[in-house]
Amino acid sequence: MTRIVIVGAGTGGVVLANKLADELHAEIDAGDVAVTLVDESPDHVYKPTFLYVPFGKKTVADAKRPLTELVDRRVDLRIGRVTEMDTDAKTVGFADGSTLAYDYATVATGARLTPEEVPGLVEGGHHFYGPEGAEALRDELAAFDSGHLVLSVVGVPHMCPAAPVEFVLMADEWFRQRGLRDDVDITYTYPINRTHGLEPIAEWASERFAERDIRAETFFNAESVDPEAKVIESMEGTELDYDLLVAIPPHDGQPLIAEAGLGDDGWVEVDKHTLEAARAPDVYAIGDAADVPTSKAGSVAHYQAGVVAERLAGSVRDAVPTATYDGKTMCFLEAGMDEATFVDFDYERPPVVRDESRPVHWAKLAYNQSYWLTARGTL
Amino acid sequence: MSETITPDVTIDARGAGCPGPLMDLIGKIKKADPGTVVELQTSDSSSTTDVPEWVEKAGHDLLDSVEHDDYWSLYVEKA
Ligand SMILES: Cc1cc2nc3c(=O)[nH]c(=O)nc-3n(C[C@H](O)[C@H](O)[C@H](O)COP(=O)(O)OP(=O)(O)OC[C@H]3O[C@@H](n4cnc5c(N)ncnc54)[C@H](O)[C@@H]3O)c2cc1C
Repeated sequence: MTRIVIVGAGTGGVVLANKLADELHAEIDAGDVAVTLVDESPDHVYKPTFLYVPFGKKTVADAKRPLTELVDRRVDLRIGRVTEMDTDAKTVGFADGSTLAYDYATVATGARLTPEEVPGLVEGGHHFYGPEGAEALRDELAAFDSGHLVLSVVGVPHMCPAAPVEFVLMADEWFRQRGLRDDVDITYTYPINRTHGLEPIAEWASERFAERDIRAETFFNAESVDPEAKVIESMEGTELDYDLLVAIPPHDGQPLIAEAGLGDDGWVEVDKHTLEAARAPDVYAIGDAADVPTSKAGSVAHYQAGVVAERLAGSVRDAVPTATYDGKTMCFLEAGMDEATFVDFDYERPPVVRDESRPVHWAKLAYNQSYWLTARGTL
Repeated sequence: MSETITPDVTIDARGAGCPGPLMDLIGKIKKADPGTVVELQTSDSSSTTDVPEWVEKAGHDLLDSVEHDDYWSLYVEKA
């Protein structure tokens, strides 16, 4: 019997488990293969929903579904927090002391937020990258009728490189619709010398920022926040006063990755094409947990899950796995409250940003709805 | 000269997608200890100007920049 264990039932983990259940259904039914999907929570969380929570367009409850509704019945679901991985003995260990043996393991544990890395940020900053943060920001925004809103991209890398740009464009329109825009200043800060890591997106964003009176402060890597004085200071020596600070917080991988020796700085070191862990045999990593040179985005986790499913199915059947990941990434970009655009690219093909339109905005919302079918493997 | 630089960390950002090689570099530098030498491999020609500009602004040291057949290696030491 071949035992496949997937740690983490987020976007990548659920898609992978369902693809394996589909691909290997005969082997699973015959008892030759077992697929176990592990998560510490019985609920699956779809994070892109959080972007809409601060503006009252979605609720945190909209982002959640029980895993049992999403996962194929051929997959064994196990709820528990994984605290260690022994890649020599080929076991994963749980918080309650139990262990689970594997022949193949996939790490799909995503990213966690670590705002405490920047002094003062926890006390002085808001964010929309998790459920509590998004709800607290919604209350703060509802009461905010004048002053300086600063959106600072602090964490590098961070999930969904499009979200900070989307947030300020949406905030601009939201304040306009409420007749408050003249009393609100908006500043966007970014770590490098332009408004986005990718030049085409930076150009697209800078043009819109200029049209909508959103100030951009580039080369700004936040070093500390003074919550009393309401000042954020950068490594490059710039200080900004704020009334409401919305930060994209620093991110890190799960501690078990470094502890298992799978990577030094929080993420699993992998081959960027095969997604095999560089430092342990028969271990893959997908999604935000994997250190590959592209976005930490749901679309990436999804495409990578397809690649690893094919490779694992090949290995189970004693075939040499040949499927590879080519860096394919797709991201929607909201340009305000009712128009959006999208970009797609891969390791070889640079992104092209099209003009925004209403249909693409509706496509993004429709995608977010149909996500629940995508994760199930229906779409 | 570059032949003698042995990086502590190598980032293969060749063919990197979003958000790009400089962001990959900043991510590593932030978590590295002072004195760490990072080699950034990049096939994106704008890195050869972006990276030195940021390195100077942030106060780190650009030790060398080496052009290979289809990519560049930029060696940066964290201050
Ligand atoms: C505000 C926001 C907007 C976004 N918008 C978009 C977008 O429009 N498009 C897009 O493509 N992407 C978007 N993303 C990014 C996207 O949500 C992530 O890239 C995606 O969820 C990554 O999937 P994953 O499977 O790697 O990790 P996750 O979906 O984060 O799942 C990780 C899972 O692992 C579990 N886990 C972690 N550690 C352990 C452990 N030790 N033991 C057991 N279980 C564990 C967690 O409980 C979680 O269920 C957005 C993200 C945010 C925050």
